[in-house]
Amino acid sequence: MILNSKIPEGPLEKKWENYKKTAKLVNPANRKKLEVIVVGTGLAGSSVAASLGEMGYNVKSFCFQDSPRRAHSVAAQGGVNAAKNYKNDGDSIYRMFADTLKGGDFRAREANVYRMAECSLNLIDQAVAQGVPFGREYGGYLNNRSFGGVQVSRTFYARGQTGQQLLLGAYQALMRQVGKKSVQLFSRHEMLDLVLVDGKARGIVVRNLDTGEIERHAAHAVILATGGYGKIYYLSTLAMGCNGSAIWRAHKKGALMASPSWIQVHPTSLPQSGDYQSKLTLMSESLRNDGRIWVPLNENETRKANDIPENERDYYLERRYPAFGNLAPRDISSRAAKERIDAGFGIGPLKNAVYLDFSKAIKEQGKEKIQEKYGNLFDMYLKITGYDAYQEPMMISPSAHFSMGGLWVDYELMTTIPGLFALGEANFADHGANRLGANSLLQASVDGYFIAPYTIANYLSQEIHTGKISTDTPEFDKAESNIKQQIEDFIRINGTKTVDYFHKTLGKLLYDYCGLARNEEGLKYAIGEIKKLKQEFYRDVKVSGKGNTMNTELEKAGRVADYFEIGELMCYDALTRNESCGAHFREEFQTPDGEAVRNDAEFQFISAWAWAGENNEPELIKEPLVFEEIQPTVRSYK
Amino acid sequence: MDLHLKIWRQKDRQSEGQLVNYNLTELNPHMSFLEMLDILNEKLIVEGDEPVEFDHDCREGICGQCGMMINGIAHGPLEHTTTCQLHLRSFKDGETVLIEPFRAEAFPVKRDLKVDRSAFDRIISSGGFVSVNTGQAPDATAIAVTHQTAEEAFDSAACIGCGACVATCKNGSAALFTSAKVTHLVLLPQGKEERSHRVLNMVKQMDAEAFGHCSNTEACEVECPQGISVLNIARMNYEYNRALFFRKL
Ligand SMILES: Cc1cc2nc3c(=O)[nH]c(=O)nc-3n(C[C@H](O)[C@H](O)[C@H](O)COP(=O)(O)OP(=O)(O)OC[C@H]3O[C@@H](n4cnc5c(N)ncnc54)[C@H](O)[C@@H]3O)c2cc1C
Ligand code: SF4
Ligand code: FES
Repeated sequence: MILNSKIPEGPLEKKWENYKKTAKLVNPANRKKLEVIVVGTGLAGSSVAASLGEMGYNVKSFCFQDSPRRAHSVAAQGGVNAAKNYKNDGDSIYRMFADTLKGGDFRAREANVYRMAECSLNLIDQAVAQGVPFGREYGGYLNNRSFGGVQVSRTFYARGQTGQQLLLGAYQALMRQVGKKSVQLFSRHEMLDLVLVDGKARGIVVRNLDTGEIERHAAHAVILATGGYGKIYYLSTLAMGCNGSAIWRAHKKGALMASPSWIQVHPTSLPQSGDYQSKLTLMSESLRNDGRIWVPLNENETRKANDIPENERDYYLERRYPAFGNLAPRDISSRAAKERIDAGFGIGPLKNAVYLDFSKAIKEQGKEKIQEKYGNLFDMYLKITGYDAYQEPMMISPSAHFSMGGLWVDYELMTTIPGLFALGEANFADHGANRLGANSLLQASVDGYFIAPYTIANYLSQEIHTGKISTDTPEFDKAESNIKQQIEDFIRINGTKTVDYFHKTLGKLLYDYCGLARNEEGLKYAIGEIKKLKQEFYRDVKVSGKGNTMNTELEKAGRVADYFEIGELMCYDALTRNESCGAHFREEFQTPDGEAVRNDAEFQFISAWAWAGENNEPELIKEPLVFEEIQPTVRSYK
Repeated sequence: MDLHLKIWRQKDRQSEGQLVNYNLTELNPHMSFLEMLDILNEKLIVEGDEPVEFDHDCREGICGQCGMMINGIAHGPLEHTTTCQLHLRSFKDGETVLIEPFRAEAFPVKRDLKVDRSAFDRIISSGGFVSVNTGQAPDATAIAVTHQTAEEAFDSAACIGCGACVATCKNGSAALFTSAKVTHLVLLPQGKEERSHRVLNMVKQMDAEAFGHCSNTEACEVECPQGISVLNIARMNYEYNRALFFRKL
């Protein structure tokens, strides 16, 4: 298979304009005859469902939560990027494009990244018009702050709840369309399979999570906006329900998965405190604007943070990366923390954390200023840990956070299955091997508001004569019976170990062998262990309750079953990449002082994987990356 | 530490529910309340019982999903805190903890501790938005909004739709939730144009959903994890009367 990325002709800054000029339209009378399914109500899903509904298509919107407003986008704290240059500090679309490409370690498509930067301007306008209360200057103008990996202030924020406010804007737009009946809402519904008819995506099979009923839904196009799968590590910053099942089931139906092993580890989450823990809480990265990161200079330090004098502290980010210091990008900061922790300088009861210290900022700016900027984060920290970060430094540690990988999509955001689109974190995205802070809310939103409405229309323009699609077909029959079979199997096994046991064991394996650092031996070992664990799961898992009622354990079982396969693919992906880049640090490829060594000569491509069937090794298909505008350089933040 | 739990178990909307006793021992006080329920569920599953169904997702206090009554208080003993942000250090060793679903006519129980809060979505759908189409917006700074106004709007916009205000209100009123949205949008220039429509429609929907009336007991504000102020309700009443007045003109 040869991948066609469908990048439009013309110079970089004209590509999107050229695309829009030539994309086919669907006239309003015909839109009524076309149905679109949107799975997911996060920023990507809500925004696209609202936009398509508003345009006059018949839209069905699905999510597994009890309300679309609870999609995981709601949890994003720090902010959203846009090259508005309101601060007059030299920002521009081009600079944002360049920062993002470099931040992603030159493993993203130029044209996509440029388009994201270009659309960023509109997103802020759209959100403000919807009533998103972004932070403002006293004079009434919008305020910005800076985020990891860049030297300009281009991040817009609504206190520490930017994702919540953006999502509420999109949710409200969605609910407006629900009220107008252009969008039909199905909350508490989980997509369990994708249905193809004549090679095109034509519908989905879902389970009503409240009643256990299996339902069929058909459409002319299917959009997956189902978010990231970082919860595969069990301990991660993601919500408990986040999963990779929708994209994985589409993958098994023929959509390629790209870059699955690039999972960003975030440097500023709260450390694990015990085995019972179900997730790790993120402290917004914006804290790094004023917080300084350090560990004790002495090994096995027993004094409290405040008792350690200045000259016995190692501000290792400032030491190693003087130009960016505490604002070094996430992969670099996370790895630097792991390096210090592994070397025995970690702090906290489990010696698994580093300090994030605000004492200097509080002294310089006053407690009130810091309170205004980060108050809710300090409150959250107090609630979770019981410590007051105004009095002593926070303890932070790296944790799995964001999946750069996902379904492979072309410039139109269409997967390798015609009519199946993937938006937001569910696609392999514009982030390359590493995502800069505040770019994901942006990507999810612009995918949904500004890009997909054009590209999906272009696809649907060829569907106006298709007519209504029936769910009463052999394809739907088969998909439904497979799902029912799987549910029965889970319940029939009736073994001795819980689903969470398997999830935790898999997560630990991935942290150890396919986490912040990887090596060949470890990855091969992990593949073997995952296979064994999967077999054990199908022999010994215990799912109580029934298939035809509300049953959370059953929901989790399906997701973990997919995680085994995704985890295995992550390891294959990491194994084939003999280089270190972005989120992927292969221990064999590093400089003597521990910096990543990228190999552009051999690995300047996107790894897209095809499902080769149960128990077969997946097939690797390469999409070469061509850089016309910016030549890859070594990523240095020194 | 040890805890004795009394948990409301109810098979489905139609069935009758009852309180069931469970004992847990050797709990770590740093554990969150939901992690304690996870442990209980692990135990129940292994013993062949059905686990307790409860709602949750983010476990960060922001998605609004994890509501339950703990010892008769929405989200438990800590003020302005969601259940997922509550830790066992807030309880005494050996304490008996009563865990029930949010109770309100407009929030029917689905199973165990899960309730149906879709009425909130229908309230939003009736008018809780700015009617702006995609791709039409003017430059974001074209309309200045002062720092104070943006912050004040944010205070109201911060509602997470958890429903604690309804559950804690003796009338089962959704006034705090609805007024928070009304206030958020009316404070901003972008939301002012539709102010009359919005408030009339949202209040009408609120009544249609079987929420009770607000009788100013102010219990909602105390339980609200986001500290949404009852002044929002005053503003909603003002907006409502204003809208009625201008409609008559
Ligand atoms: C704690 C945290 C903080 C973050 N902070 C920032 C930040 O400051 N700035 C930034 O830019 N990014 C941030 N991010 C990343 C960003 O929030 C996400 O990448 C982004 O919101 C993803 O949006 P989405 O629309 O793709 O998916 P989501 O918001 O995750 O939505 C996924 C949707 O899919 C649905 N779904 C999933 N599977 C199924 C299924 N099988 N059937 C039916 N429905 C399904 C869910 O119900 C949900 O509605 C943060 C992420 C986390 C976890
Ligand atoms: S007003 Fe407060 S208690 Fe009520 S739904 Fe909103 S956040 Fe929850
Ligand atoms: S689980 Fe999201 S607020 Fe508690």
